[in-house]
Amino acid sequence: MKTDELIDLLAQGSPAVDTAAPARRFAGATIAGLSASVALTLALLGLRPNLAQEAAVPMFWVREVFCAAMGSMGLWAVARLARPGRRLGAVRAAIGLALAALWLLASWDLMQADASTRMSLMMGQTARACPWLIAMVSAPLLAAFLWATKAMAPTRLRLAGAACGVAAGGLGALAYTLHCPELAAPFLALWYVLGIALTGLAGLLLGPRILRW
Amino acid sequence: MSEERLRGLLVRALAGDAAAYQAFLKDASAHLRAFFRKRLASVPDEVEDLVQESLLAIHNQRHTYNPGQLLTPWMYALARYKMIDLLRRRERTDLLHDPLDEESEVLAGSDTNATEARIDIARLLDRLPERQRLPIRYVKIEGLSVADAASQTGMSESAIKVGVHRGLKALAAMMQAEMTPSAAATTAQSP
Repeated sequence: MKTDELIDLLAQGSPAVDTAAPARRFAGATIAGLSASVALTLALLGLRPNLAQEAAVPMFWVREVFCAAMGSMGLWAVARLARPGRRLGAVRAAIGLALAALWLLASWDLMQADASTRMSLMMGQTARACPWLIAMVSAPLLAAFLWATKAMAPTRLRLAGAACGVAAGGLGALAYTLHCPELAAPFLALWYVLGIALTGLAGLLLGPRILRW
Repeated sequence: MSEERLRGLLVRALAGDAAAYQAFLKDASAHLRAFFRKRLASVPDEVEDLVQESLLAIHNQRHTYNPGQLLTPWMYALARYKMIDLLRRRERTDLLHDPLDEESEVLAGSDTNATEARIDIARLLDRLPERQRLPIRYVKIEGLSVADAASQTGMSESAIKVGVHRGLKALAAMMQAEMTPSAAATTAQSP
């Protein structure tokens, strides 16, 4: 078939395209993934009994905002990387800024604390499990975001996969806070960040396999 | 042929204007041809196949174009992805003339001198299952309306639309497979 014939074929009877469809798909993926992630947390790990009292502590909200911010910025990055010819732009700096803010807060806490309590501020009671649990709880979100991105046309597959992972890790960590007892900034700066990074790494490794088109 | 003109054509095409879409694809194919010719000077035989593969990709992925974004980087990023994908599958990234990381932000030249494609899309079309082949034949080649194609085939209107959509995606996948080394070798041997 000649190229001109192919052009005629493609143009012939080509219907209008719903340009809002990608946004709807990502919204659907977020709702479905987050619901599954919350359900997983509640079913396997259980709701923290004194959640209501903890919500009065400012650090509780710092933790929620950090996780939600990582999730939203990851999604912002995915939205850009899912379309050909768009660069990451300011997202990279925004993610760096959120991390820097948390690490600054954690350093401040550590400097203020007695030498004897520094270790427990960093390790809490659940350091060993925390990153793995965050990664586990984030799995349905990662699957949902990869599915939504696959329907687009990412051209940098590792980066797009990693962005799916960061978005999933941030929102997954948010779901995990329904169970998690840790509120110290140094703990979050180490183990929450590691959990989100693990999910990002999973996305980076899966990207080239799953997102090819 | 400028960025504004091409973008205007595609925006109208996305709203359902087939004539604008045809004009867009024609202009785009000339730019893509020049783009590939410049980068794949050592394998000129591949150029027309890549142009056709990219046109199919543009069609199947046209919903990823956001009218607020520049068209030229979108089109070339898509073409570059298809080109690199092909060279990777052949493990021949050495054939590239230009560095990969260089972004094309402005329209390159255009080249309307089409050569013969090695892979015949008409032959690939024949290999599609009937539920995709017939909708494509009636709607996309013979120019029937979806309703007429439905009554011709006894399929429902939504089955016709889905058949066209999935058929063109399947066609793109077949084209991708045909262009890999083992498939290319068998294509060369067949008459």
